[in-house]
Amino acid sequence: MLLLLLGIIVLHVSVLVLLFVSTIVSQWLVGVGHTADLWQNCTTGSVFHCLTSSTNEWLQSVQAMMILSIIFSILSLFLFFCQLFTLTKGGRFYVTGIFQILAGLCVMSGAAIFTVRHTDWQQASADVSFGFAYILAWVAFPLALISGVIYVILRKRE
Amino acid sequence: MSQGARDSGSLIFLVVLLAALGLSPTLAIHVYTHREVYGTVGSHVTLSCSFWSSEWISEDISITWHFQAEGSRDSTSIFHYAKGQPYIDDVGTFKERMEWVGNPYRKDGSIVIHNLDYTDNGTFTCDVKNPPDIVGKSSQVTLYVFEKVPTRYGVVLGSIIGGALLLVIVVVVLVYLIRYCWFRRQAALQRRLSTMEKGKLQRSAKDASKRSRQAPVLYAMLDHSRSTKAASEKKAKGVLGDSRKEKK
Repeated sequence: MLLLLLGIIVLHVSVLVLLFVSTIVSQWLVGVGHTADLWQNCTTGSVFHCLTSSTNEWLQSVQAMMILSIIFSILSLFLFFCQLFTLTKGGRFYVTGIFQILAGLCVMSGAAIFTVRHTDWQQASADVSFGFAYILAWVAFPLALISGVIYVILRKRE
Repeated sequence: MSQGARDSGSLIFLVVLLAALGLSPTLAIHVYTHREVYGTVGSHVTLSCSFWSSEWISEDISITWHFQAEGSRDSTSIFHYAKGQPYIDDVGTFKERMEWVGNPYRKDGSIVIHNLDYTDNGTFTCDVKNPPDIVGKSSQVTLYVFEKVPTRYGVVLGSIIGGALLLVIVVVVLVYLIRYCWFRRQAALQRRLSTMEKGKLQRSAKDASKRSRQAPVLYAMLDHSRSTKAASEKKAKGVLGDSRKEKK
């Protein structure tokens, strides 16, 4: 039981870490000599120089989705600890699970919008590819979903 | 020691007083405009300009707008207000496109530019002189003409996050409200049922006692084989059973 609890918390925290890293790190799009993320475009040549990214609506919605997913995931962790101590025996962690699933859906929609719409604010060129922060966002989506489902399935014991 | 401290204190006070006295004559005219103004091609834009003067608004007040096109070094005068009369550019680029909407007695020197074009990109300077209050800086506003005004940074971001959080809060509150109402209704139902049951029990008990008195005739007619007491008991039990069924 304790092992299961530990595993769930580790899964949740790793989802949170993935979300934070993918939101902050400037590696969504990687080209030769420049990288871009949700917040700024940087040139990584001899001089490291960053400019704030455009104010495109779609880019802003991607930013909003990532921030929302972080908020929901943190809220879910908080609610999990609350429910751990207040829930009656045999109860399910519905609220926790719902928020975690919401976080997963937000990450998915953010990453999906980025995939489809990134050419709107970034000129498409041959050498540009998706960076690791983008991949981490996609990895965070199933993990968040799985942990959310586990919360819903889980019953409180002891 | 204390004497010296008091001396230095009074010295500081004197310095402050002198500084205030020295500063007060520099209260000059202040002109305020926006820093940047956005407009779309073909639309109109208001270039607002307000000012604050330490003097009473005089008859000789003058308001001047200058325009410096983007990439140009020359500044041209496009509007002048003097002696209660506005003079609007009628030969230059703003011919028949400019309108005076200000009122110097309300400390307002705004103008409107209609039918914007890309050539209107540039810096507009508002300058107000209120004799004898003529010392003061003029204020500049930069006009950007776009085909489509770009969304401001953070507007969509903020509205999406705010909207989503608001939605979540509303849903949570609704769920709690519904659960609360449901619980209350359930509790009220329970209470009513229990009181009804109690009442029925009492009534049935009364009936039973009444019947046991009258029973001999009735039950003797219905069932001859059983004793009247047993029959009355059965009747009471039956009522109880009915009430249980009702509860279910």
